[in-house]
Amino acid sequence: MERRDFLKHLCWVITSGGILGGLSADAWAKMLNKDYDTTKHYYGMGIDIDKCIGCGRCMQACKTENDVPAVPFYFRTWVERYVIRTDRTVSVNTINMESDELGDVLAEKDVLRSFFVPKLCNQCDHPPCVQVCPVGATFKTDDGVILVDSKRCIGCRYCIQACPYGARYLHPKTRVADKCTFCYHRLVRGLLPVCVEVCPKQARIFGDMKSIASPLGRFTRMNKIHVLKPSLNTDPKVYYANLDGEVN
Amino acid sequence: METAQNFMELSKQVVGFIYPNEIDIQWSILIVVYPYITGLVAGAFILASLVKVFNVKELQPTYRLAMLTALAFMLIAPLPLQLHLGRPERSYEMFMTPNLTSAMAMFGFVYLWYLMLVLLLEIYFEYRRDMIVWSSESTGLKKWVLKILSLFSTDISEKAVAFDKKTVKIITIIGIPSAFLLHGYVGFIFGSIKANPWWSSVMMPVVFLFSAIVSGIAMVMLLYMIIKPLLGGKIDMKCLDKVASFLFYAVIVDFSIEVLDFIHRLYESEESIKILSQLVTTKLFISLVVLQILMGMLLPLAVMAVIKVFKLQEEVRKLLYFVCGLLIQLGIFSTRWNVVIGGQLFSKSFRGLTTYKMELMGMEGFLVALALLILPFVILSILIKLLPPWKKEELAGS
Repeated sequence: MERRDFLKHLCWVITSGGILGGLSADAWAKMLNKDYDTTKHYYGMGIDIDKCIGCGRCMQACKTENDVPAVPFYFRTWVERYVIRTDRTVSVNTINMESDELGDVLAEKDVLRSFFVPKLCNQCDHPPCVQVCPVGATFKTDDGVILVDSKRCIGCRYCIQACPYGARYLHPKTRVADKCTFCYHRLVRGLLPVCVEVCPKQARIFGDMKSIASPLGRFTRMNKIHVLKPSLNTDPKVYYANLDGEVN
Repeated sequence: METAQNFMELSKQVVGFIYPNEIDIQWSILIVVYPYITGLVAGAFILASLVKVFNVKELQPTYRLAMLTALAFMLIAPLPLQLHLGRPERSYEMFMTPNLTSAMAMFGFVYLWYLMLVLLLEIYFEYRRDMIVWSSESTGLKKWVLKILSLFSTDISEKAVAFDKKTVKIITIIGIPSAFLLHGYVGFIFGSIKANPWWSSVMMPVVFLFSAIVSGIAMVMLLYMIIKPLLGGKIDMKCLDKVASFLFYAVIVDFSIEVLDFIHRLYESEESIKILSQLVTTKLFISLVVLQILMGMLLPLAVMAVIKVFKLQEEVRKLLYFVCGLLIQLGIFSTRWNVVIGGQLFSKSFRGLTTYKMELMGMEGFLVALALLILPFVILSILIKLLPPWKKEELAGS
């Protein structure tokens, strides 16, 4: 083979690699309708800890909406219950949707403070999962949501290891990584994520960070905001108000 | 639903709080086997390079065996990864659309570079002359296999052989950083995960590298002691003492680095220290403190020190070296276990510990892992049949 031919072939291989690399983005584009402009939005979620009553409706609605296995070992969103005792010991458990049991029930005098913390994918602006995915199946959309292309994912689970928040799992049926998408299929139709929709206390506030007037814009103006594990520099886009220092 | 029941059982063994998705341990025994195997490849190659690059003459009898060992394990190295994938049929995506920011995406390229450019080429040039001679001496299938392996070359002139030798040396020089790359890279896969404080350490590639060198040297030593007598040769004690000597120093370096890492973590005492201490003193006590440190490191170190200080008889030395080799394999396998499984036993909430229950059958079970550990030895025996590491006169002479 002549050197020139070799270089030609090389160029061909490299460009075709690039085209294939763009396929994830293509799959995502198919989800969108024509009127939806991804560059006009940038999504985030606010959570007001003081409003959450731990009813678990968000967990239930999410499982139904997104085909998450019903057994309590796979969640796109879940609610943690924190009890901090007067002796400063902390106990935490995940709300169990199948029973009324709350976990430790203590006498009032033994409880220093207690609260619920809804959790979900933080849709990080610097997502470690996207960084480590070997095939580019996990990617960030223009409007700031981290999605998994289930047709591309090879199920290596590196992303699950890389997520500091435990927000990912391997779907037992599809054998690929799965996680919260902010209900992206609803967003592009102008609907709210289902967990936000069903919350009876409006503890979850969804919105567009590009708009100051959005509910999220107001939420972040009116509250002191904290994010989970800020030291890891993942820049979460799930913002907590009234978050306790014990939560991680 | 069977998994759900398993998880139900497992959740009873959870200590403290874990995130609900964390009950499912993602990287199983197969991912323990993978760094163990690649470590052996890198370590065996480093031993071989001592002969070619650093001219340690005493080690010459182990050179070819070390190369074949590296190749045998290298051929199996991708299998545990492949079998562990949720969608193994898509693994080619890693070559088609590699994500350049992913350490894992580089696996295929590092692997191919090392296998093709280093191991296969070096073994080819090392054996080229012999393959031509052997193929002319044998008949039937073996003749043709050797002919194909030698790529039908026929030139055994002095000039050609001199070229072979020079090439082997050049490849080895490229091979040393490549071996470092191969296993340092495996360490980086773990070390670069900032979400996991047990893994996230700049020391990780270095620890992996030195433990690889330790395990590789020990494995070649064991194989040398088993295979050479089996083929009718005698163990060259000068060579064995030298291998053991290198092993001794490698263990000391490896141990020092691990102790440094340990002290550093303890002294810095970051947020995760409580849960990691709990991990080490409960779930990992046997595999880390007993198997990895005491039996896999300190005991062989003590035994080898005794051999160095006191002039023991040949037979006693052989026996002790052999025991040390086995203990070190056990220790390094535990090291891999403690990194891979240990790193998944604590919750990233730093509030609890979970449990790993190994399957027996199943794709990611004990039996498959065992098969993957036996397979390299089967391949090695075939390689040795085809490409004997020692010539007849060497076996008769020594």
